[in-house]
Amino acid sequence: MRVAGKGLVDLSAPIGFRFDGRDYVGAEGDTLASALLANGVRVVGRSFKYHRPRGVLTAGSEEPNAMVEMVEGDQQTPNVRATVQELYQGLVARSQNRWPSARFDVMAVNDFASPLLGAGFYYKTFMWPRRFWEGLYEPVIRRAAGLGSLSGKHDEGEYEKAYAFCDLLVVGGGPAGLMAALVAAKAGADVILADEGARIGGRLLTDGETVDGLSGPDWVAQALAAMPNVRVMTRTSVTGAYDDGTYGALERVGLHLAPRDHLPRECFWRIVAKQAVMATGALERPIAFPDNDRPGVMLASGVQAYLNRYGVATGRRVTLFANNEAARAVARDLMAAGVQVAAIIDSREGASVAEDCPVYAGARVVGTRGRLGLKEITVAHKGDEITIETDCLAVSGGWNPTLHLACHHNGRPVWDDGIAAFVPKPGMVPGLTAAGAAAGVFGLAACLESGKAVGKAAVEALGLKTKPVKVPAATDRAYGIEPLWHVPGKGGLWAREWLDFANDVTVKDVKLSAQEGFVSVEHMKRYTTQGMAPDQGKNSNVAALAVLADATGRSIPETGTTTFRPPYTPVSIAAMGAGGRGMGFAPQRFLTSHQASVERHAPMIEAGLWYRPSYFPKPGETTWQQACEREVRMVRTHVGVCDVSTLGKIDLQGKDAGRFLDFVYANTFSTLQPGRVRYGLMLREDGMVLDDGTTACLAPNHYLMTTTTAAAGLVMRHLDFVKQAFCADWDVRFISVTEQWAQFAVAGPLARTLLNSVLDQPLDMARFPFMGCGSVQVQGVQARLFRISFSGEEGYEIAVPARYGEALFRDLLARAETMGGGPYGMEALNVLRIEKGFLTHAEMHGRVTAFDLGLQKMIAAKDCIGKGASLRPGLSGPEREQLVGLRPVQDQAITAGAHLFTPGDTVERVNDQGYVTSVGQSPTLGGWLALAFLKNGRARHGENVRLVDHLRGIDCLCQVSGPVFHDPEGGKLRA
Amino acid sequence: MRLTCPLCGPRDRREFYYSGSADYLTRPATDDAAGWDNHLHLRDNPAGETRDLWYHETGCAQWLLVTRDTVTHVISKVELVAK
Repeated sequence: MRVAGKGLVDLSAPIGFRFDGRDYVGAEGDTLASALLANGVRVVGRSFKYHRPRGVLTAGSEEPNAMVEMVEGDQQTPNVRATVQELYQGLVARSQNRWPSARFDVMAVNDFASPLLGAGFYYKTFMWPRRFWEGLYEPVIRRAAGLGSLSGKHDEGEYEKAYAFCDLLVVGGGPAGLMAALVAAKAGADVILADEGARIGGRLLTDGETVDGLSGPDWVAQALAAMPNVRVMTRTSVTGAYDDGTYGALERVGLHLAPRDHLPRECFWRIVAKQAVMATGALERPIAFPDNDRPGVMLASGVQAYLNRYGVATGRRVTLFANNEAARAVARDLMAAGVQVAAIIDSREGASVAEDCPVYAGARVVGTRGRLGLKEITVAHKGDEITIETDCLAVSGGWNPTLHLACHHNGRPVWDDGIAAFVPKPGMVPGLTAAGAAAGVFGLAACLESGKAVGKAAVEALGLKTKPVKVPAATDRAYGIEPLWHVPGKGGLWAREWLDFANDVTVKDVKLSAQEGFVSVEHMKRYTTQGMAPDQGKNSNVAALAVLADATGRSIPETGTTTFRPPYTPVSIAAMGAGGRGMGFAPQRFLTSHQASVERHAPMIEAGLWYRPSYFPKPGETTWQQACEREVRMVRTHVGVCDVSTLGKIDLQGKDAGRFLDFVYANTFSTLQPGRVRYGLMLREDGMVLDDGTTACLAPNHYLMTTTTAAAGLVMRHLDFVKQAFCADWDVRFISVTEQWAQFAVAGPLARTLLNSVLDQPLDMARFPFMGCGSVQVQGVQARLFRISFSGEEGYEIAVPARYGEALFRDLLARAETMGGGPYGMEALNVLRIEKGFLTHAEMHGRVTAFDLGLQKMIAAKDCIGKGASLRPGLSGPEREQLVGLRPVQDQAITAGAHLFTPGDTVERVNDQGYVTSVGQSPTLGGWLALAFLKNGRARHGENVRLVDHLRGIDCLCQVSGPVFHDPEGGKLRA
Repeated sequence: MRLTCPLCGPRDRREFYYSGSADYLTRPATDDAAGWDNHLHLRDNPAGETRDLWYHETGCAQWLLVTRDTVTHVISKVELVAK
C-alpha cells in the first residue's frame, strides 16, 4: 500500500497494467514490482523446483524471485525481473512456472516430496533404465522445473548495437560514481556515466540520507547539473569487462515504454574507455533461517527502497531481522513514515535497543508461517521462543561489494574480515578501479570521499590536470556487522533454510554436497546448482560458500569463490546480434545483370555473398531440371550467355610480376606471351590445392589473374602474404578488379557468330586461337576478350567496365535468342563442366593434392608455394584417392556425398574406397554422371564400383572412367 | 581487443584476420621433408609471449607480426611483415 508523502513516484499520473489477468493501477515512476506491492500482490511466482509461492525479495536487478513473462501481442519475453521492469500504460505480465495460477499451483506437490528431491536427486534416481531418460524422465522433469516460456514465434522486436569511446567510464551513478564523474568532468575528461537504473542516484534515491543539507535526489540533480559535459546513460547495465578497456553494456531503450514500431527494445554497447571506475555499490544478502522464502520476507534494503523511492509500505506490521547496525535505519524510516514496526531482531548479543519498538538483541528468527504470505515469525531469544505477528520481515545479513566486473579477467577477490565480505584487489582489470561500496568502503561520507579520490587518480592516469572539487557534507552510519549466515532449524524432513531462491538451493543441499565429497566450491556449485539461475547467485553465493566452509572446516577465504563471468545481468542474444537477423546476416552482392535475370524469373542461388541466377525458366517448364537440360543443349548446339563476373580478377603489374606468378602458381607463367592465357594451379604451403583459374598476359609485365568465385578473397589474402612475407622487395603490385569489370561467358558453336554481331570489328581469328586474349571494341567501348571455356564448347569471355555490364548482357541475350540461344544459369553451368570434367571447389575441397587431380605434371621444376610439402611421402601414390568419372551401370539418380566400395566388400568404413563430389544429369550423354575420388582411381578405369548413400537410400553399381566425359580430345574448344 | 596497425593506428579486431604462428615466415628448403613437417604442423603453445600473423583485411591489407602475451593479453608490439 502507498504511504502518503513518501516516494519519487507521481501518483497524479496513474498507469493501468495487467498482471495474471487482473487489472491494476500504478504510478509514473513505478517498477512492476513496486506497483504490485502497492496493490498488495504478494505472490508473484513459483519457485524453480519445489513450486513454492514466492514474492518480491529485492528492489534491484539481482532479484531472484520476481521473474515474470512480459506479453506484447503475440510476443512473449520470459524471466523479466519485475524489479527492473518499469511500468507503462497497458503493460501485460504474467507469473511463471505455475499452473493454473501463482496462488494455486498443482506442481506444488513437489514441495511435499522435497525430502526426496534434494541436490543430486536427478543424477541418482534417473540413472536407469537408460532408455527412459530421453523418452520419459527428461520431458517430465523439464515440464515440472523451469522458469518462463517463450512464445515459439520469431522475436519481431528491434534491437541495436552501438560503439562508444571515452576517457573515463564510470559504472554506477551512486554517491561514489557521481563524485568520480564530477571530478573527471571538471578536469575536462570525456566521461560516460552509466547506471542500470532509470534514474541516476543509486542508494541516494532509496536510503533517505541528506547530502550538503539536500535530500539525496535533490543533491543528485544538482550534481548532474554541474557536469553538463558528461554523457549520462541511464537504463544501461555494464555487463562485462573485456580486454583493452572494452566494456559491454546493455541499454534498455524501449522496454520501459509500450511497444511501438521502430523503437528498439535494447541496444548492446561496446564501450572503449581509457580508464574506468567501478562504482557499482554493494548487494545486501539474506540470512538462511528456516522457511525464509515466504512472500513477505524481503531484504531490508528492498523494504527501504520501496518506502523511500516508491512510497510503498511492504507490510502493515514490519519486522526487521539483521546482523548489523546499519540496517536499523530501515526500521527508523518505516516508523517515521507511520508504518508499524513489530520488532527488531538483532542477532548481535550487545546490540543497542534504542528504537521505539521492541528490540531483541542476540535473537534469531527460527521459523515462519503463512503459506501464501508471511503471517508470523518465531524468534529465539535468551532461551525463549517468542511468536510475533508480522506480514513483512526485512532481513539484512550484511552487504557484498558488487565486484563482478573487476573479476571478469579471472582475478579472485580477497576476503575482508572487517566487513565480512570479499573485496576487489587493485589491478584485477587493468585501468579499472573500484570506488565506494564496491571497494568495500561503506558509509555515505566515505563513499563520496572514495569517489573523489578514485576519480582524481583516473584523471591523473589520463594525464589531465585535476581541478579542486569539494566533498559534500554527509554522515557515515556505523556498519557494525557480526556475521550470521545460517540459523539452523529444528531439523525434520520439511525444514529448510533457503540460500538460492531462484534455483531452490538450501543449506541442507550444500551440506549434502560437502558430505558426498563435492567440497570444492566449483563442484558444490555444479552439484547443487547454487548460483546458476538467471540471478547468478548475487544474493546467495557468499552465504552458500560460508555454509560450505563451515561444513568442511575451512575458512571462507580458504574455500574461495567460483569464477565470475560476464554478463553481470542477462543479455538477450537478440541485442548482441542486433542487425544480424534474416537478410541482415550477411551483405548481398548483385551482378550488373541481376535485374535482367530477375525480369526473366531466374531464381537466385547464393554463391558466397553473390546472388547468381540458378536457371532461366521458359513457359511450360515446371521443374528446374527441365530448364537446366534445355540450357545445356542450347550451349552444346547453339550458344549460351552466362554472367561470370563473380570470379575474382586480380590485376598484376611490374617487372617481377611473371616471377611472382611462378612463385604462387605450381606451373610456370613467366614464359606466357602477351595475348595468351594459361590455366594455373595454386597450392597452399601444405601441398594441397588452394585454387585454380586462368591468368592472361595482357602486355609485357601486365597480367590478369582469375580466381574461383569462392576463393577470390582467400587468394587475394594469400597473394598479399606471399608478397609481403617472401618477396617484399620484388617489383610487383596487384589489386582486385573483380567489381570493376562485368564479364560474360559466350559459349557454343555459334559463339563466334554472336560475338561478331556485337563487336565493332569481326574477330581476327589469328589473334584469338584457343587460350588467346586481347582487346576488342563493343559499340565504341574498349572491352577485353578471352578465348577460354568452362563448358567444353568454343567459348569466349568478354569483359567490359562494370557500368556497361547490364547493357551488354541484355544486348547479348537479345541477339542470342534470334539464333536459338539465350542465357544459362548455374545449374546448366554445373552440368556442362561435369560433362567436361572441369573442377570446382567441390573437388578442390582443401584435402586434395595436384596428384589427386591428375595434375602433378603441372608442378614445374622451379620453387613455388606448396612445392616442398607436396613432395612429402603420402601426398602422392596409389593409396591416394584420385579424381575419376562415374556412370551408373543402369542409369539412375546418384548423389554427391555417396561413398564407394569394391563390389563384394561389406559396406563399412574400413572398406571405404572413396566418395562422390559432384553429380549431374547429362542431356548430352544421356543419364547421370559423377566426379569422384577413388582410391588408386586412375588405374581402375573400366572397373565397376558400388556407390552407397545410406542417407538417401541409394545403392548401385557404377563404372569408373576418366573424369572427362564430353569431347575428351578437346576438338570443340579449338574449333 | 584492438591492434595498433603501424599504418592505420589502433583498430578494432574485427578489421583483422588471424592467420597463425610467425613460424610461417620461415620456409624450409624444398627437399627438407622433416623441416616441412615441423613448419606445417608442430606449434608451440606458450603461456606467455607469442608472435603471430594478422592481416589487416578491411584496412590497409598489410600483414602484421603481433607480439602478445597469452596470459595477460597484453599486445607489446605490432610490426609490418614486409621489411
